[in-house]
Amino acid sequence: MQITLSINGETRSAEAEPRTLLVHVLRDHLDLTGTHWGCDTSNCGACVVLVDGEPVKSCTMLAAMAEGHEITTVEGLARDGELDPVQQGFFEEHGLQCGFCTPGMMLTARALLNENPNPSDEEIRVAISGQICRCTGYANIVRAVRWAAEHEAGATAGEEAIA
Amino acid sequence: MQVPAPFEYVRASSVGEAIDLLERLGPEARLVAGGHSLLPMMKLRLATPEHLIDINPLAGELGDVREEGGEVRIGAMTRHRDVLESELLVRRFPIMRDAERRIADPPVRNRGTIGGALCQADPSEDLSAVCAALKASVVIRGRGGDRVLDMVAFHRGPYETAVGDAEMLVEVRVPVRPHGGSAYEKVERRAGDWAIAAAGAALWLDGATVADAGIALSAVNPRGVRCERAEQALVGRPPSEEAFAEAAALAAEDCDPIADQRGSAEYKRHLARELTHRALRRAAERTLAS
Repeated sequence: MQITLSINGETRSAEAEPRTLLVHVLRDHLDLTGTHWGCDTSNCGACVVLVDGEPVKSCTMLAAMAEGHEITTVEGLARDGELDPVQQGFFEEHGLQCGFCTPGMMLTARALLNENPNPSDEEIRVAISGQICRCTGYANIVRAVRWAAEHEAGATAGEEAIA
Repeated sequence: MQVPAPFEYVRASSVGEAIDLLERLGPEARLVAGGHSLLPMMKLRLATPEHLIDINPLAGELGDVREEGGEVRIGAMTRHRDVLESELLVRRFPIMRDAERRIADPPVRNRGTIGGALCQADPSEDLSAVCAALKASVVIRGRGGDRVLDMVAFHRGPYETAVGDAEMLVEVRVPVRPHGGSAYEKVERRAGDWAIAAAGAALWLDGATVADAGIALSAVNPRGVRCERAEQALVGRPPSEEAFAEAAALAAEDCDPIADQRGSAEYKRHLARELTHRALRRAAERTLAS
């Protein structure tokens, strides 16, 4: 079947069987390999993308089910060559080692900060609790999200104005 | 790579259309809501429907939580996240939040629905026990109209409900009764896992005594979730530690856990007793605080 998706603000189409999962259409049909494919059993969260702004495990959603919804992948985080504050936060706070969980972690962080610009460490930990990181022990990821919260566009602009 | 066996995909844009499609496509058609139970089953070839009817377009029509006519009505497409975050449900039935915050994880809760969880009827699933403890009823719609069933009639056992081939669950109705309190207790191997054992309890007081009680277990009883003998043991008595201990012992006696990788039958029976007791204690505290 023809599947038409809205991904990172662009309309993309793919010819795929109805049984094709969203993660595979993204990676194999549309070459958006930033979304990682991990456990295949909706446990690890490596494949998290945003669907209408909410984190969703794309290994457990049919691509066909995503039609008519706005998909955001890690490729959609940076704008005009500028890293999203979440990406910058992972860089600044060493929020990744191998990087496998990072796209999903960053998208979940983005969704969290959109709803709650100043989350507590506990709220960050709950938000990422559906995603597994085997390298960092999570502490640096929590710090990375905090960094992003403290350096969001609004906050940064304010600081610059004061400076 | 795990992918489901081939199937035909069709989207329903109304409840009526979904029921028409179920009738037309026959018993090899299945509804898919959040897909977080059905798609994993399909990947493992434990389910091989020939037609999948996507009812996600009904998330608006069936995604509402409201109080009406002495009941809280929860649309079948209400996602776990919206059950968890509903102020109305937290206020009326705190057992819902107790259970929801420990179902899987946030991305899964963004997709999975209460109707899907109840219809999947996984023996370790939490919301069947929650709804049974609250003495909720469910509305099943078919071409002939609506049927309203209580949880005992609805939940027939593992992976089996009273929903017929060309029918769908559209709503869960939880009666609002005075002086009530409720709680859910669960032990799992790690955060977000299925329960090793879990217990839901609801109490309704009449002055200083228990007017009615609801007790239901998850993961330890393939025959059903309600513990009617334990419930009866509480009625007419003060909500005391002694009464709770007695009811918990009955609940543990009446359940039928199986040994598996999550634990021995003996351990699960122990949990059933302890968790029933704790849930009753916390339900009583909430009743008295309400």
